[in-house]
Amino acid sequence: MKIIVNAKPHEVAATDLQSVLDELGFAASAVATAVNGSFVARPKRAEVTLADGDRLEVLAPMQGG
Amino acid sequence: MRLYGTDVASRLLLGTAQYPSPAVLAEAVKSSGTGIITVSLRRETAEGSGAGFWDGLRDTGCRILPNTAGCHTVQEAVTTAHMARELFDTDWIKLEVIGHADTLQPDVFGLVEAARILSADGFKVFPYTTEDLVVGERLLEAGCELLMPWGAPIGSGQGLRNPDGLRAMRAHFAGVPLIVDAGIGRPSDATQAMELGMDAVLLNTAVAKAGDPAAMARAMALAVDAGRAGYLADPMERRDMAVPSTPVLGLAELNMTETA
Repeated sequence: MKIIVNAKPHEVAATDLQSVLDELGFAASAVATAVNGSFVARPKRAEVTLADGDRLEVLAPMQGG
Repeated sequence: MRLYGTDVASRLLLGTAQYPSPAVLAEAVKSSGTGIITVSLRRETAEGSGAGFWDGLRDTGCRILPNTAGCHTVQEAVTTAHMARELFDTDWIKLEVIGHADTLQPDVFGLVEAARILSADGFKVFPYTTEDLVVGERLLEAGCELLMPWGAPIGSGQGLRNPDGLRAMRAHFAGVPLIVDAGIGRPSDATQAMELGMDAVLLNTAVAKAGDPAAMARAMALAVDAGRAGYLADPMERRDMAVPSTPVLGLAELNMTETA
């Protein structure tokens, strides 16, 4: 299915969020995730099933003021 | 100074953005003597761009204050706060709900709403707000235990655009920690804020964009301490006219007198 990851389209085979992160090569312990604007906590990732067209945000620590 | 029950030694909070290099940032953090640094969250790449930065920050030993910079809606800010809490393992959040693209001034209506949602969810909210007293009251009612009024627009370095407003805040919110966030450009701006009775100053660009960030970080730390000491020493009242400081009594009469 095709999902939007950090504003870019990606074709993924996995369906649950945890597996999608693994497939895309993210270090799952060092990122925070939101699907369609809603936060998904780390322990819940395996339970969340993604659908075609879903928007996934994968965020990491960054410099800030 | 106590912020949400935590004793904080330094009254200078430092942002981590816009430094020429991670090494310069680390040097500035050290010479500022700060105990609290602000950070943010941005989109990650599969290569892991954020990991190195985060490792470097943990080495500073500072408390981390994540922000919701760039959020323009309540929902964005709330979701970002949740992501920050998980990522940085802290319930502290510098809450920004931006209302205007040019001035980056807070959307105080969204700010109060987001502060209420996050406080109810256990967050310790550091709200970036204006000097408006009513908004401040609403934020405290929403669960905030401190307020962070702006000095001037973020990154502008204009100093305190409304010192009278900050003075009124100090009088109105006795006992509530007030941290001037944004607009500080020079050490004298930080001193002025502290002389007004602000409890601390949060700044970033003034240090990061200085010719020598580490030296400016130290200058800011000294300025904050000087202003705080001056506030505690209870400054004299301003007067419109001169008052001689040297005694007039016993002054000699030395005018040449005309002889008849």
